[in-house]
Formats: sequence, structure tokens, C-alpha cells
Amino acid sequence: MITVEHLYKSFEDKEVLKDINAVFRDGEVNLIIGQSGSGKTVFMKNIVGLFEPTKGRVLYDNRDFVSMTKKEKIMLRREMGMIFQNAALFDSLTVLDNVMFPLDMFSDKSYEDRRKRALECLARVNLQGAEDKYPGEISGGMQKRVAIARAIVLEPKYLFCDEPNSGLDPKTSIVIDELISGITHEDKITTIVNTHDMNSVMGIGENITFICEGRAEWQGSNKEIMDADNKNLSDFIFASDILRQAKQLHDAQRKG
Amino acid sequence: MITIKSGLTALGRYIQLMGRVCTRPDRMRMFVKQYWTEMYQLGYNSIAIVLIISCFIGAVICLQMKLNIQSSWMPTMTTGFTTREIMLLEFSSSIMCLILAGKVGSNIASEIGTMRITQQIDALDIMGVNSANYLILPKVLGLMTIMPILVTLSVAAGIGGAYATTMIGTTTIAELNEGFQYSFNPWFFWCGMIKAVVYAFIITSVSAYKGYTVEGGSVEVGKASTDAVVNSSILILFSDIFLTNMLT
Repeated sequence: MITVEHLYKSFEDKEVLKDINAVFRDGEVNLIIGQSGSGKTVFMKNIVGLFEPTKGRVLYDNRDFVSMTKKEKIMLRREMGMIFQNAALFDSLTVLDNVMFPLDMFSDKSYEDRRKRALECLARVNLQGAEDKYPGEISGGMQKRVAIARAIVLEPKYLFCDEPNSGLDPKTSIVIDELISGITHEDKITTIVNTHDMNSVMGIGENITFICEGRAEWQGSNKEIMDADNKNLSDFIFASDILRQAKQLHDAQRKG
Repeated sequence: MITIKSGLTALGRYIQLMGRVCTRPDRMRMFVKQYWTEMYQLGYNSIAIVLIISCFIGAVICLQMKLNIQSSWMPTMTTGFTTREIMLLEFSSSIMCLILAGKVGSNIASEIGTMRITQQIDALDIMGVNSANYLILPKVLGLMTIMPILVTLSVAAGIGGAYATTMIGTTTIAELNEGFQYSFNPWFFWCGMIKAVVYAFIITSVSAYKGYTVEGGSVEVGKASTDAVVNSSILILFSDIFLTNMLT
């Protein structure tokens, strides 16, 4: 479980995150949602330690990440996996080498065992046969799947996904969402997904934190979101005609 | 005032980065693998350009000496002697490194800069890898290892170029042989090696710093690449004055 307590982050004079409190549960897909520029990426970067919070605590199973020593942070980071918006695969390495990279760095297993584990992860994301390709030779969806395989190869306790569906078609987005959700439940990982994809919100959002102008305004599940009475959240979620109609239908059904 | 402040800030950040670079690698087998890769990419891939440029410059220096310096008042070995001294003391060690700063420096800055803006460096940091050490140390040590070899090849190619001018009849092999062997001081060769190692460190560390600290997009990567070449060239020229004064 990851707990964020009274988190603030400022860049020079600009306060981007203001007193954020949130709980991200084990074995669930925890979503951070919000408009572009609302501060959700900054929030995630504070959680994973790419930014240092101005104030506040980030607790990984009651271990305060902010006050840890450099060495302790490095050790904790080995329990994390992250999928970046643009996959962030290493261009100079093949798909297999990308997935093997964390094992090469941190595992004492033999080359054969490391290769076997990497191939298992590639199979888990349905990428058999792409081992020898370079990131530039595969599609965006495949790159994301390689990134997922690389993130889970060390069996992390915490998985972070920064807009994993960005730039993908709806069908591929669903595949990526299902993969993330499946891995989270099977491996009992604490997964945090940063997204503004409404399909993800409705599909896999078990625990959603809504960020608006640097504040955590609402926390709940995808089932509760239809009935949420937060105006900013409603404006954000039901911005499109289809979702507005779905909301109206939902409200009518509830009344009727 | 602002320039001094930003200069000092950059120096401080450079020293901090070098502090992160000069630590024990997380995994020695990965470091060794990267070290050999960098030696190949930065050094081996530069051999052709070093040989071509040095050969032609050696030939041109020899011709210039013969046509403009040598006269009936001077000994016949002057052309060979001056060509050797120029190649050994200055061209192969310093000017060749300036040329390599353009090729290797821009390569390093753009490679690391692109890794930065595409979050590949963030990915390394998240994994708990010391990204500065993993990416920069093999480049620094790789070029420092191979640069003396490149400088030696450059001297040899320059001398070869000078010999090639005998084919157009401006000078003879015997005259050049006499000049090349006249009053040879082996220390000058080692001066070139020391300079090569220092310049290799300047090229790789400054270029890596420029790439590692990029913020923004492709325009900033291009700017970092240019800055890397300009800054390392200026530093090479400055240190050339000090090293020449110290070593000879």
C-alpha cells in the first residue's frame, strides 16, 4: 500500500501540488485522473521520487520514501516498475535485451535463467517472436507491451504507469488496460496508473483519485464515479456527448 | 554578473555530475560490456577520419615547409624535422582532438540528450540504476583508453602523408628520413599521449554533461550538441596552453 500524506510541491514560486492526501491499495488498479496541467504527472513523479516533494510524506508500506537515505531509496526502487508515456525503451537494445536489462543489472542468476525469465514476461504480454527486434521496428502498442514486460521482470511490489494508453488506438488501449489489470490482480501489486482515458477509468479504475488544480478533490471507484457530486469531476468525466448521455441514462435508471 | 552566476552554477552541476559518474559501477559485467561498446563506437569508428585527415595534413605541412621555409640557407632535413615536430607536438595531439570533439562530442551530447527527453534516463533512475555512472563512465574511460591509440595512428598517418609527397618530387625520401630522425626527443611522444588522455576526458565529460542536463525537446538537444562541441573545443584550447607550458 502506498499512502500520500499532506504532499506539497512547488517550482520556484508556483505551487503545483497542494496538500494532497491519497491511499493506493494493494492488488488494485489505482488511477490518478485529471485534466492536462492539473498536476497528475508531477504527483506521480513525486511518488516515485523523480521529484522531491516540498513538504509531505510518501509511505511505501509505512516506509517513508521522502526521508530515506540515498541507498535506501535505491533499494526501494528495485521494488518498483514503471511504464512511461512513450514506453522509454532503450533504443540501442533489442526487445529481449530491454526486458533482460533489470535482470542483468540486479540479478545474480545465470544468463540462461535471466533469458528464460525475460521470455516468460514477453510471453505474458503476448510478444513471442519479437525478441530480436529493436524498439524502432515495432508498433507503439508493442512498445508499451515491452515496457510492461520490462517493468514486471523483477516481480515488483509497486507498478507505476504514466499515461500507458497515450497515442494508442482504442482497441490496443483496452489490451494494455487488461494486461495491467491482470498483472495487478494476479501478482497482488500496488498499481498506480496516471491517465485521462475515460475507457480506462470506467474499465479498470478500482480506486480513482481525481486531481484538479493541484488538489486531490475526489477519491472513489469507477462504480461510484457516476454518482459523484463533485462539479469539477463531473465536468471532466462527462465532457463528451456520449458520456454525458450515459450519465443521463444512469441518473434516469436510478430515479426510475 | 548573471553570466558569472550561471557559469558557476554550471560548474557546480558539472562537478556534482562527475561525482555521480566516478563511483563504482552497479554491475561490473554491464560496465565492461558498455566500456568495450563505447571504445568501438567512439574510437574504432573514428579511425578512418583520423587517418584521412592526418595523412592529408601531414602531406600539406610537408609541402608548405618545402615550398615556404626551406631554402638553400637551410639544411635539407628541415622539412622532415618540422613536419615531425608539428605532427607530434601539436596536430595529432591537440588539433586532432579538436576535430574529434566535433565528431565524438556531438554524438555523445545528442545520444544522452535524446535519452533524457525520451525518459530513458528516468527509466534507469526508477530502476535504481545510477544513470550517470552507467551512461557516462564507460564513455569517459573508453575514449581515454583509445585516444592515445588514435593520436599514435594520426602521427603515423601524417608521416605517411609526408612520405607520399615524395611521389610528386618536391622532396626525397632520404631528406625526409634525415629530418624525421634528427634530434628526436621521445618525451614529446609522451607529451602527446598525456594531452590525448586529458582531452579525451574533456570531450566526453563536457559533452555528457550537456546531454545529461538537457530539458525540453529536439531543439534543446540540438543546442546541447552544439554547446558540447563549442565548450569542449574552448576547454581543449585553454588546457593546451597550460599543458604545453607544463610538459615541454
